[in-house]
Order: sequence, then C-alpha cells, then structure tokens
Amino acid sequence: MSPLLEVDRLTIDFRVDERIVHAVRGLSFAVQPGKTLALVGESGSGKSVTAASVLRLLPSSARIGGRILFNGRDLATATDREMRGIRGNRISMIFQEPMSSLNPLHTVERQVSEVLSVHRGLGRSAARARTLQLLKDVGLNDAASRLDAFPHQLSGGQRQRVMIAMALANEPDLLIADEPTTALDVTVQAQILELLKSLQARLGMAMLFITHDLGIVREMADDVCVMTEGEIVERGPTERIFAAPQHAYTKKLLAAEPKGAPPARRPEAPVVVEAEGLRVWFPVKRGIMRRTVGHIKAVDDVDIQVREGQTLGIVGESGSGKTTLGRALLRLISSEGRIAFLGDDIQARNWSQMRPLRRNMQIVFQDPYGSLSPRLPVGAIVAEGLSVHMPDLTAAGRQERVERALTEVGLDPAQADRYPHEFSGGQRQRIAIARAMVLEPKFVVLDEPTSALDMSVQAQVIDLLRELQRRHHLTYLFISHDLRVIRALANDVLVMKDGKVIERGTADEIFTTPKTDYTRALLAAALHTARQPVLELQETLEAPQ
Amino acid sequence: MMARGMLLVRPVWAPADVAVSAPALVKPALSPITRRRLRIFLANKRGAWSLWLFLVLFVVTLFSEFIVNDRPIIAAYKGELLFPFAIDYPESKFGGFLATTNFRDPANRDEINANGWMIWPPIRYSYGTVDNTLPVPTPAPPGWTMSTEERCSGYPQGVDDPDCTLGNMHWLGTDDVGRDVVARLFYGFRISVLFGFVLAGLSSIVGIVVGAISGYFGGWTDLLIQRFLDIWTSVPSLYVLLIVSSVIAPSFWSLLIILLLFSWVTLVGLVRAEFLRVRNFEYIEAARALGVSNFTIMRRHLFPNAMVSTLTFLPFILSGSVTTLTALDFLGFGLPAGSPSLGELLNQAKSNLGAPWLSISALVTISLMLALLIFIGEAVRDAFDPRKNVA
Repeated sequence: MSPLLEVDRLTIDFRVDERIVHAVRGLSFAVQPGKTLALVGESGSGKSVTAASVLRLLPSSARIGGRILFNGRDLATATDREMRGIRGNRISMIFQEPMSSLNPLHTVERQVSEVLSVHRGLGRSAARARTLQLLKDVGLNDAASRLDAFPHQLSGGQRQRVMIAMALANEPDLLIADEPTTALDVTVQAQILELLKSLQARLGMAMLFITHDLGIVREMADDVCVMTEGEIVERGPTERIFAAPQHAYTKKLLAAEPKGAPPARRPEAPVVVEAEGLRVWFPVKRGIMRRTVGHIKAVDDVDIQVREGQTLGIVGESGSGKTTLGRALLRLISSEGRIAFLGDDIQARNWSQMRPLRRNMQIVFQDPYGSLSPRLPVGAIVAEGLSVHMPDLTAAGRQERVERALTEVGLDPAQADRYPHEFSGGQRQRIAIARAMVLEPKFVVLDEPTSALDMSVQAQVIDLLRELQRRHHLTYLFISHDLRVIRALANDVLVMKDGKVIERGTADEIFTTPKTDYTRALLAAALHTARQPVLELQETLEAPQ
Repeated sequence: MMARGMLLVRPVWAPADVAVSAPALVKPALSPITRRRLRIFLANKRGAWSLWLFLVLFVVTLFSEFIVNDRPIIAAYKGELLFPFAIDYPESKFGGFLATTNFRDPANRDEINANGWMIWPPIRYSYGTVDNTLPVPTPAPPGWTMSTEERCSGYPQGVDDPDCTLGNMHWLGTDDVGRDVVARLFYGFRISVLFGFVLAGLSSIVGIVVGAISGYFGGWTDLLIQRFLDIWTSVPSLYVLLIVSSVIAPSFWSLLIILLLFSWVTLVGLVRAEFLRVRNFEYIEAARALGVSNFTIMRRHLFPNAMVSTLTFLPFILSGSVTTLTALDFLGFGLPAGSPSLGELLNQAKSNLGAPWLSISALVTISLMLALLIFIGEAVRDAFDPRKNVA
C-alpha cells in the first residue's frame, strides 16, 4: 500500500535577525492510510514546525526544502490555490490551545459551518444540519442548544470537541493533531483521546499525532518517530519502541518518568502550617446597585495541616481551587477562617505585619516564563528577597548567598548577570526555586512547578526539589494535577474538586485504594491504566449528502 | 567582573555533580534586545539622519553665546584678559559710566582696540540687540540683497567704517524692532527645544506616576483617577491657558507650570494600561510573596515595561510641547516680551507681510524642527515595535 503522506528529506530553516536557524534537518517519514504516526519529542525538537509545514502554515521567514508528498502530489511546491483546496478538506489540523484557536466573536455553528460552505458550498440550512450532526458525533452533549453558543460559554474540553468537529467536517484523509490534549485536564484528556480513536476507526482516516507525552503515544499510535533537534533519531512500531528502545535519546525519554519516593511519613512531626475552615469566596455582583447575588466558592471550608519535613500533595483539575488554596495560605489573597503558621494565627496580620514571616514561607510558580521579570538579570532576581529580609547584608554577602543558591539548584553562578530569556524552561524554573531557597524558608508552596516543563526536565526538577527538602528539612505544599509527580514527592495527598476536599489520606492509600470515583478517574487518566469507557457515542457518523 | 574571576574555582559548597562551567562569554555592553532596537532605528535612514541633524542643531544652538552674541568672546585690555561673553564688566573699566558695557558702542570699541584686542563671534548680535545703524527703515531686508555701500551707509564712515564687516551683516534681515533675525532664530530654537524637553520630561514624570498608581492599585483608586482625567481632559485647555497667562506674569517657569497642568495627561492612559497588564504576571506575585514593598515592585518590575511606551511617545510629546509654546507666543501670551521666540517672529511676519524674510525664516525653522522630531519619533516607534522585522 502506498503511503498517504510521505515526507522526504524535509528541511525547514528560519531566518531570525540575519541568522539562519535550522528547525528541521532532513526529516523523512510516511503515514499509511488509516494508521496513526506519532511524532514525539520535547519542546524545540521541531515537531510542531513539521506538522505546520505539511499544510504550509509556516511564517514567511521559513524556508522549506525537500518534498512533502500527499497522494503523490508535492505540497512543498503546490500553489496557494491548491493548498486552500487541501487545507480543511483533505488534510485538517487540530491545535493545542482550544482557548485561542476559536474565534471568540463567532458562534459554534458559524465556526464549523464555515469549513462546510468553503469546501462543499453547502447552504445555510444544510450546513446547520451537518454541523449539528458533527457536534453530536464529537460527543458534545446538548448539541442542538450549543449551536448558538460562543466559545467563552464552553469549557476547554468542549472547545476542543468543537475544534475536532471543525477538523472532521469534510472527512479528511489525514488529521494532524498538534498536542491536542496538552492544555486539557487529565480526565478530559482521556475523553478526547478516546473520541479521536473511535472517530478514526469509523472514518478510516490517517492521523499524524504530535505530542511530548509518551503515555498518549502508547495509547494512540501505531508507529512512532522520536525527534530531537530537528532530526528523527529512532522510528518503529509503538510496541517495539517501548519494549526495546535503541537510541540513547529514546531511552532517556522513556526513563524520564518521575521516579523516587517521597520522604518517610512522620505523623508526629510538628505542624508548620494549619488552616481550619478556610474559605475563599468571590462575590458575584449583579445589577446597577452591584448587589451580591451569590458567591463563587473557590475554596470552601478546607481544613489542612502540613507537618515539618513532609510534603502534602494537593491534586485537582483546573478550577478545583488548589492554586487559590496555596495563595490563601500564604495570605497572598484574602480569605476567611483560621490560618496558623508555626502556631500563631496569621489571618489577622496586615500586609506589613506579614512581611517578617514571608522569609519563612515561599512560593514557586507554574510558569517559568511568567514568574521571572524579563528585565532583570538572574542575580538580581534571586537577590530581591535578600534586600527585603536581610537589609544589613553587605553587597559581597548578598552575592555570596545568591551564588550559593544558584549552585544549589544546579546552575552556574557565573551566569548570574544573564537575563531570563537566555535560559531554557527547566533552568528558569531552577532560578525560581533559587529565588525561594535563598531566604532559607521553612515552608514552600510549589504551585505546579513542573507542569510547564518537558518530561526529562520535569524528572530533574523533582529530584532537585526532593534533594533540597532532604538537605534543608523543608516543608512542602505541592500543588499539581499530575498524579505521577505527586506520587514521586508527596507523602500525604488531598484531592480537591470544586473548592472542596473530597478525599484525603496518605499517598499510599490514595494510590492503592482510592475511595471516590473522582479519584479513581483521575488515577486512571493520569497513569494511563485500563480505563472504563467514559464516552458513549449515541449517533453514528453518517456520510454527508 | 571580579565575581566571575573568583568563580573559576569550584566553590566549596558546590555539590560534586555540579560542574562549574568555563567563564561565560564576555557580556556585551548592550542587551540583545537593545541592540536589535538600535539596529532597527539605524535601519530607518530618515529617522537616523533626522536624529543626527537635530543633535547637531541642538548642540550648536546650545553654544549660541559663542556664535551669535553682541559681546566679544575674549578681549585683552591693558594687559588683562577678559571674557565678556560670560562676565558683565562695568563700563567704568573702559572709561565710561554705565553699569554694563556695550561693546558695540564705537567709543568702547575704539578704547579697547587701542589698548588691546577683541575676538568677536561670527555674528555680532544677540537676540535682543537693536541695530541703530540700519540704512533702511525696519524691518530691514537681508544684507546680501544690498551692495556694500548701501549696507554700510548707516555707519558714520560708510564703507570705511570698522563696523562694516560681515559679522555686522544681517544675513536674514531684521525684524520690525531692528533685531537680527539669525540671532533670534538661534536663541529661539534653543529655548523652544529646551522648553520642550523640560515640559516633556516633567509631563512624563507626572503622567507616569499617576498612571502607575492608577494601574497598580486599580479598584477605587483607578476609578477616581480615571473619572478625574475624564473631567480634566474635557476642559478646553487653550482658553484656560490664555486666561491664566493673562493673569500671571509669564516667565519661562510659570509658563512651563501652566502648560504642565494640561500636558501630563497624555501618558497616563498608556502607563496605566501597561501596569494593569503586567501587574497580574506571576513575577509580580512572586515579588509580593517575597515581601517586597509596593513602591519597589512598581519601580523595579513594572516601570521598565512602561518605559517602552513612554520612550515611544516622547518625541511626539516633545513636538507637541514646542507647538504649544509657539502657538502661545504667536498669540502674545507666551514668553515675556523681548524673549527670543519663534512664535513671536511668526506674529511679526504676519504683521509685516512686505518682509518675506521674516515669514520664510520662521516657517523653515519651525517646520524643520517639528519634522525632525516627528521623523525621530517614527523611527523610535518602529524600533520598539516587537513585530517589526529587521530589513
């Protein structure tokens, strides 16, 4: 059988300020009809650029070399007119970010039917009927009433379903999925993957699946190409790659799962942070008089205890209130209920009375790009807290502490006068950790510190955090949606949903004998274990008239 | 630099697995982003040339006293070295009786030349010097339109008079009081640009501070400031300026303050928007978690972001300030009478339509100055535009 898509010695170069950046160097792969090929790699490996090049969606600064044969036609040299006939029709694409891939000013119906009217010339009512059918096919519940909804009225998972409906509208031969589930919660992720698989089986389309997540690859792909630095280092059937990886890079990727054990549980250790009946309610105001008509309960009656030298993991999906809880404990946002730090009540303290305590309670944020000021050199970023809490320190003393902190997180102190943009994501997260650690705090809130990082980097950061905890006897509150990371770090776990704690216990209990369905669903989705079907397709996909 | 040298040795506290790499490449003096901006700016030929031309004009007019002055730069009198351009000498020093010396007075000139020498600037008039020896009624046309005899016919000895030199020629004629137009253009350009700089600087400072407070604190503070601005900007500022400056005696500084009352609002919106955007970034939250004070957060983390929009706007504010000053001068409510002002020259041109040298020179100077500022502003705006590709 001849391949549907054959990419032959593809090279993509970008011109950036006079320099040439080689994003992809001599890539060759083939996608067979009805099969799924996964391109796996970490950020910067060139996998998304490759996907975009198939549809020629690259910016004008890119130069494409080599051949991209689709059904024997070379897309690299096709005219724009030809490309328009192919895009969204024979080949379609779903993107990573469901929030920004839909036009916020268009209704769902208009977005989906646009593809139909462009390529099939369907009239309004025919397009509407077909759109409704598609929305039902992608499992959007209550599809008829969603036709007139705007993107902001849908959740992330629903938006991604609409995206998929758009992509499938013309029953393409090839679907390019560029990290389609990365921005979604794990349980939603599982549903979307399930949906894609069942749709693929029904339509017999081929899929080019771009991802960094090996768990997804194992589940979805027939064949795998492992990419790094713009080249394919290993390729083969999925089972073979996972069972017997040949190339060192593949082995490294596979070994990058977060490993290691959390610190031993000591229920008798002194309590560092304690909260009772903690509430963060945001009032919902309506009308001219701005009357409070209700509350959004971001955190609702949460009791929490974090013991010295231990790690409490907080698990939940987006919107569960876990981040709000972390910030409320540090009194970065206002809350109600008792918060005690090292025994004394800190809820009544005002901002300046809190300042002396801040030295002992620190936070590391999720986004290593947003959490470092782009206009300060790294040394100044790390030193910032020192000037507040140890104002008597001489310049040399401050410098010494900054260097020690940087060394401790595995960075070269000689780089202290560089700016954040010169560092990779993992290095930036190390800088953020150094900024917290330079004050030698007792209690650190880690708010998804690993979720924006590549797999292999994630594992390194987790090892670093565990090492720092062991060395300095730190107390962690670790917030994450990723149960694999939680398992590697936390000895107690708290599961949150809609602002409430729905399950709590030791890590072993949660992972081996989860009590609630929600926890079980989270576990199944995150660890890619056998999962019960979460989605039932009621409608069968009909051929368009 | 010392720190980097020290760190070539592995620090004692470094764990064994941390490799201390070779010293980093020497950091260039400008950060990459600054270099990129500079490159884009210089790639805009019109903007770059405008900047150079403006700088040359500005620096030259800064030293107007050496170029266009009614006093010698250096003089020697009875063995003593004098610096009349900077120091006021009483006339008694040279045998007269006035409090200050008029070096253009033939009596003083002859006295000094007899007992020493004088070095005059190329043009021997200051902005206020009235030429009493004009051969024709004021406004006098440019000297080069007349023959030498005609030009010097106002001097006691005619062509043979020691004052019949090129330095005493009116290259662009005189205004209707008999003051040299070139001298007034030199000083007028200088005072306009300086006034513009000071006004733009002060309005930026006030605007940034107000915008920063409005954007950083948000909520009620923001609401009150914004509503105040709505009211303030709807005041017809030109009429208020006219009324106020007819009550208060105008001087450089009083005029500056009056204009500042209305010019500071330009930047508030920009800075506020920038602060509103950036204050929700995680690095601001991180700084708050470190216990850094609000003022320091604003200064260290937010202000640099607002700098970009401020710098982009500065040339335009500058040209706006110059225009306002010229307009007020033109209407007669500007700088005190006798000051070298381009607006006043324009006004004279209007009342003396038969003297085209007045209107042409004022027009060319003002348009050149404003055009240069706008071209520079455009180039700066392009340089700070992150989407702009390097050509």
